[in-house]
Amino acid sequence: MFDIRPVETDYVRHRAAQFRDQVARRLDGSLTEDEFKPLRLMNGVYLQLHAYMLRVAIPYGTISPDQMRVLADLAQNYDKGYGHWTTRQNIQFNWPKLVDIPDMLDRLADVGMHAIQTSGNTIRNVTTDAFAGAASDEVTDPRPYAELLRSWSTDHAEFQFLPRKFKIAISGGAKDRAIVAAHDIGLRLVDRDGKIGFEVWVGGGLGRTPMLGQVIRDFLPEEDLLPYIEAIIATYNLSGRRDNKYKARIKITVSERGLDVFKAETEEEFARRRAAFKGADREALAIFRNRFAAPDFRTASDAGYEAERQANPAFRSWTDTNVKAHKADGYAGVIVTFKAPGQTPGDASAAQMRLLADLAERYGHADLRVMHDQNVALPHVHKSDLPALYLALREAGLATANAGLTSDIIACPGMDYCALATARSIPIAEEIADHFRAAGLEDEIGNLNIRISGCINACGHHHLGHIGILGLDRAGVENYQITLGGDAYDIPAIGQRAGAGFPAEEVVPAIDRLLRTYLEVREDEGERFIDAYRRLGAAPFKAALYPEAADV
Amino acid sequence: MSKAFTPTAAKPGVITANDLREGHNLWMCEAGWTPDPSKATLYEDEAIAELALLEAIGQADLVVGPYIVEAKRGPNGPEPAHFREAFRQKGPSNYFHGIQAEKAETANV
Repeated sequence: MFDIRPVETDYVRHRAAQFRDQVARRLDGSLTEDEFKPLRLMNGVYLQLHAYMLRVAIPYGTISPDQMRVLADLAQNYDKGYGHWTTRQNIQFNWPKLVDIPDMLDRLADVGMHAIQTSGNTIRNVTTDAFAGAASDEVTDPRPYAELLRSWSTDHAEFQFLPRKFKIAISGGAKDRAIVAAHDIGLRLVDRDGKIGFEVWVGGGLGRTPMLGQVIRDFLPEEDLLPYIEAIIATYNLSGRRDNKYKARIKITVSERGLDVFKAETEEEFARRRAAFKGADREALAIFRNRFAAPDFRTASDAGYEAERQANPAFRSWTDTNVKAHKADGYAGVIVTFKAPGQTPGDASAAQMRLLADLAERYGHADLRVMHDQNVALPHVHKSDLPALYLALREAGLATANAGLTSDIIACPGMDYCALATARSIPIAEEIADHFRAAGLEDEIGNLNIRISGCINACGHHHLGHIGILGLDRAGVENYQITLGGDAYDIPAIGQRAGAGFPAEEVVPAIDRLLRTYLEVREDEGERFIDAYRRLGAAPFKAALYPEAADV
Repeated sequence: MSKAFTPTAAKPGVITANDLREGHNLWMCEAGWTPDPSKATLYEDEAIAELALLEAIGQADLVVGPYIVEAKRGPNGPEPAHFREAFRQKGPSNYFHGIQAEKAETANV
């Protein structure tokens, strides 16, 4: 678990006190807004469409029950009763008052949490597989490395003013569940002849210029992790463009200069810096490995689980979609989706957060993970506890059996909250989910990733959706472009734009035509939408989206 | 996003900002600032609007991020000309929160 080190708690408290003083000076006129804005952004405070927004860091999505309860308190006392899981495993509060935020940061500091580096041109939250330490296909647990990167990058003096924000993801599974190819740096743990190391990806990212990363090192010995990452970011810090915000991410640096040039510069920098790492990082890693030691898994029969699966079709359906394989005998990982009918994707009420905290203590070895797809996982649940867990979740409306299905949609806040948005995302997500539930097609369609962004900044990862939807402003009207063929997991791919955009009211009919066509053309039930798209190409799906064009 | 907008008689505008302390949306009116956009002052003259915007910028102890944005003349006061401002004036579509809720509360008093 993520525990709290006294020195860090002191630092977090110091930063909260510092921000309290900065807010006071803004209110008394000692600081102008131009002076205050970068200070508030360094503490995760944005000004959005209706109010301020506070983004709180959840390092690699790992959160304890006590920390979850504090988030619930913040939602109840300083927001309108809910928070919003983000696609980078953090949480956002949409309605805090500026005058209350210092108190919120103090409350967070009580449990070692903060909002530092959740904004600004710095190294942001390091993300990882929500089932780290639990997944059955894991090379090794990525969390000690994620924590090493987090502690190294927090307040890293050299990297507080990078050309642009910088996102790192690390994955330990044979199947990548952290989307390493779409990050500024992506790390995949690999085992080469019994030695653990990293496949290092660089230059991936979404936004207005989506690109998949490239492999800069196919095997980096694990002891070289920090010096090599430092070399990459130092190289980018010097060669990244600062003349144009839209060309400032490392993906542009790598693509404009070429991977070979960037790699040569990085390797030179690495050679210079390697000697400065004298072993403190190794000592820290050893501590972190102990901190993330596996819980005390118990041995018990799972006969009750199997019996309940046979007896209860609703439970069986939920376990089919929301329960994942675990490395320990008798255990499973559980996905609690925040995509129930009528629910805003990723919104969690204070009561739901408290329930998850209680259930994690009762059934889940006190471990919770915020997932990048805006759900929450209990990574370690013994199968014999699944029937009771399911009942408790169901009573709270949290047992929707839809993980990985049509209604498990990633959607950014869009123009319902975001000042940068060009159109709304949430109503489109709700309409699509409602439509396919009502049509009774969700189970038949099977695995499908729909992702919606309300602007080209792509917080909803629309490029990585099997079906992506991008909301734009076309001559003062909301308009939605559809992309096809994106994939975050199996074969990373950027979706391709299908054609002209659709007005809001035509999005659901268009997706309906698309998916009914898929059901007609798929080889069998096992062929997912993305598989059929890869086999057949875009043509039949474009024809479904644009029947008028096909008729001509 | 706030883009520079120049009001004219044909395309008038209002000045809007956020409350510094609490963050909610405000509109400039004769009495200062109001959370009710229909009470906003409608500017039809570039020079007058620019002066008013300077005045708004000078009230940095009250508001943050003031800008001029196009509005339409309506029977009960200014109305939004673009859907972004319409959402700002109403609140989010997924919950009955924001200005729509505050208006309902006021109506119930």
